[in-house]
Amino acid sequence: MTEVTALAPLEDLGGEAQPLLTVRGLTKHFPVRGDLFSPRKTVHAVDDVSFEVAKGETVGIVGESGCGKSTTARLLMHLMDYDSGDIIYDGMKVGRELSLRDLRRAMQMVFQDSYASLNPRLTIEESIAFGPRVHGMAAAEAQLLARDLLGKVGLRPETFANRYPHEISGGQRQRVNIARALALSPRLVILDEAVSALDKSVEAQVLNLLVDLKREFGLTYIFISHDLNVVRYISDRVLVMYLGQVVELGPIDGVWGNPVHPYTRALLAAMPTSDPDNRTQIAPITGDPPNPIDPPQACRFHTRCPFVDTVCSMVAPKLADIGTDGHQAACHMAVAGSGHSRAPGPNAGT
Amino acid sequence: MSAISEPALQVPAAPKSNGYWTTVGRRLLRDKLSVLCGSILLAILLAALFAPWLGVADPYQGSMIRRLRPVGTPNYILGTDELGRDMLARLIYGGRLSLLTGILPVFLAFIVGTTLGLIAGYAGGKLNTIIMRTVDVFFAFPSVLLAIAISGALGAGILNSIVSLTIVFIPQITRVAESVTTGVRNRDFVEAARASGADTLTIMRVHMLGNVLGPIFVYATGLISVSMILASGLSFLGLGTKPPEPEWGLMLNTLRTAIYANPVVAALPGVMIFAVSICFNLLSDGLRSAMDIRN
Repeated sequence: MTEVTALAPLEDLGGEAQPLLTVRGLTKHFPVRGDLFSPRKTVHAVDDVSFEVAKGETVGIVGESGCGKSTTARLLMHLMDYDSGDIIYDGMKVGRELSLRDLRRAMQMVFQDSYASLNPRLTIEESIAFGPRVHGMAAAEAQLLARDLLGKVGLRPETFANRYPHEISGGQRQRVNIARALALSPRLVILDEAVSALDKSVEAQVLNLLVDLKREFGLTYIFISHDLNVVRYISDRVLVMYLGQVVELGPIDGVWGNPVHPYTRALLAAMPTSDPDNRTQIAPITGDPPNPIDPPQACRFHTRCPFVDTVCSMVAPKLADIGTDGHQAACHMAVAGSGHSRAPGPNAGT
Repeated sequence: MSAISEPALQVPAAPKSNGYWTTVGRRLLRDKLSVLCGSILLAILLAALFAPWLGVADPYQGSMIRRLRPVGTPNYILGTDELGRDMLARLIYGGRLSLLTGILPVFLAFIVGTTLGLIAGYAGGKLNTIIMRTVDVFFAFPSVLLAIAISGALGAGILNSIVSLTIVFIPQITRVAESVTTGVRNRDFVEAARASGADTLTIMRVHMLGNVLGPIFVYATGLISVSMILASGLSFLGLGTKPPEPEWGLMLNTLRTAIYANPVVAALPGVMIFAVSICFNLLSDGLRSAMDIRN
C-alpha cells in the first residue's frame, strides 16, 4: 500500500486563545494618474481595516462590489503590498517572524473564476502538485498527494487526474482549485467569492464540501461573498465592509438578528426573501456607492444614509461595542453622546 | 482502516492523456491544407539541404551558347538563366541561402524578442516602459527602410543582412510577446502560483512560457515569409548575397533584364519566393487554429 504524505502544516503556537490571524490598521491606496492638469489622486481601496480570526472559525466578509473585499484578500495573501498596517499570523508578524514563503503554506486562497485560476496547459494533477513541488516535495510523492486530494474533494482520480481544465465543468474546476489550495496543508483558507460563479445546486454541493473539509482538516476560513444567504450558512462571524472600511462586525446571529449600522440594515433588507407576504417593497438604499477615489468625509455612508445628521459629515465614527458578544458597529447612532439625534443616552431626544 | 480511499490511491497509472503538443500535432495533421503546405516546405528544405546529392547540374557553370533557354528544354527542364546556367540547379541551390535568410533572422529575433517581451510584460512598471518605448523607436521606420538602412550601414554581405533583418524583427516580436505576457500575467492562475510561494523564475517557466510561446510562435512563423521577401529585396539591391551565389532574390534581380526575352524563366525565382512564403503563412494559420485546443 502506498502511503500518502502531505506537507506538515505549520505548528500551532499560541494555543486556542490566540487568534490565528490578526489584522491591524490594514490600508491600501492605489494611485491613479490624474489628467495633465489635475493632481494625482488615490483610490482608497482598503482603509484602516482591523479584525481578528480565531482558530477554527469561519469569518464572512460581505459588501457591495468595489468595497475592498477582494483587495483585502489579496493583501492578506501578500499578492500585493499594503501601505500600512500589520498582519499577524498566530502571533508572528508576517515579514518579520514569519517569512512570506511560510505564510504561503499557512494561508491559501481559492479564487472566484475557476477557469482563469487554473493553468490551461497543465493537467489537473500537475496543477495540484505544483505547490508541494515548489515546497520541495518529490514529483512522485506530489503526484500521489494530488490524487489523494482529488478523492478528498469528490473527484475520482482515475477519471480526472490527467484531464485539462477545459475538459471539466465549473463545479469540478472549483473542486480542483480547493484541492490545489489544500495541497500545501494550510491552516487558513481564503475563499474569495469561491462559489459565486457556480449555479445554485452546484454551489450547495461545494459549500457542503467546504464544511466537510473544514472539519476533516481543522481549517479556518475567511469567506468573501456578496451572497448574504451563503454567508449566513457558512460563517460564525461576519464583517460588513463599505468603501474600504469595516462598518460592522460580530457574530453572524448578532449582526443578522440585530443589525446596527444603517448600511448593514439596508443590505439585509435588500436580501430577496422566499416569503411572499414579506416582500421588500421599497429600495432600502438608493444610488451607487460613491467613488472611492474621493470618498465622502467623516462617515463614508452619510451620503446615502436615511438617518444622516450633522455629526455624520463632521466626525468619522469609530467601531464601538454593541453588547458584549464582540458585536461592533461604526455608527454615531450606536454611541451615547456622539451628538447624533438618534443616539442613546443623555443627549438622546428626551 | 480506510478501505474506501485505498483503491483510489493505488491508481494504476491512469490513462495518460496526451501532452499538449501531441494533441496540437494530431490536430494539425488533420488539416489537409496545413499538411500540403508542410510537405511542400519540407520538400524544398530537403532539396536545398541535400542539393549536391540530387544529381543536378553545377549551378555556377554557365555557357554563352545556351543562354535563356525556355522551360522544357531537354537537359534543362526549367531552362537556363542569362548566363546559361541551369535554372533547376540554381533554384535548388538558391533555396539554401534564401531559406537561411528567411528562417535564421526570425529564429534569432524570436529568442531575443520573446525574452525582452516576457521581461517587460511580467515586470511591468518602469522596466516595461524602458523596453517598450525603445522598441517603439524602431516602429517609427518602415521595416523595409530599416533593413536597408542597417544593412547599408553594416555593409553588404549575407551575415550583415541576417543581422539587419534580426534587428528589424526583434521589436515586432517583442511587442507581441509583451502584450501576450501582460494578458497571461493578469490571469488568476499566475496569482495562485505566486500564492503558493513559487519564485518568479519557476512561475515564468511553468506557468508563463507555455501559455505565451504559442501565439508568439505563430506570429514568428508568419514573419518567415516577410523575412525571405526582405532578404530577397536586400539581395536585389545588392546589399545581401553577391553574384554568382545563387539566391532567389538575387536571381530575380539579374534575370530582370531577360523579362521580355523569356518571361517564364525570369519569373521562376519569384514563384519560389511566393510558394515558400504562402506555405509558411498557411501553415502558421493552421498552427494557430490547431493550438486553440478548446474547440
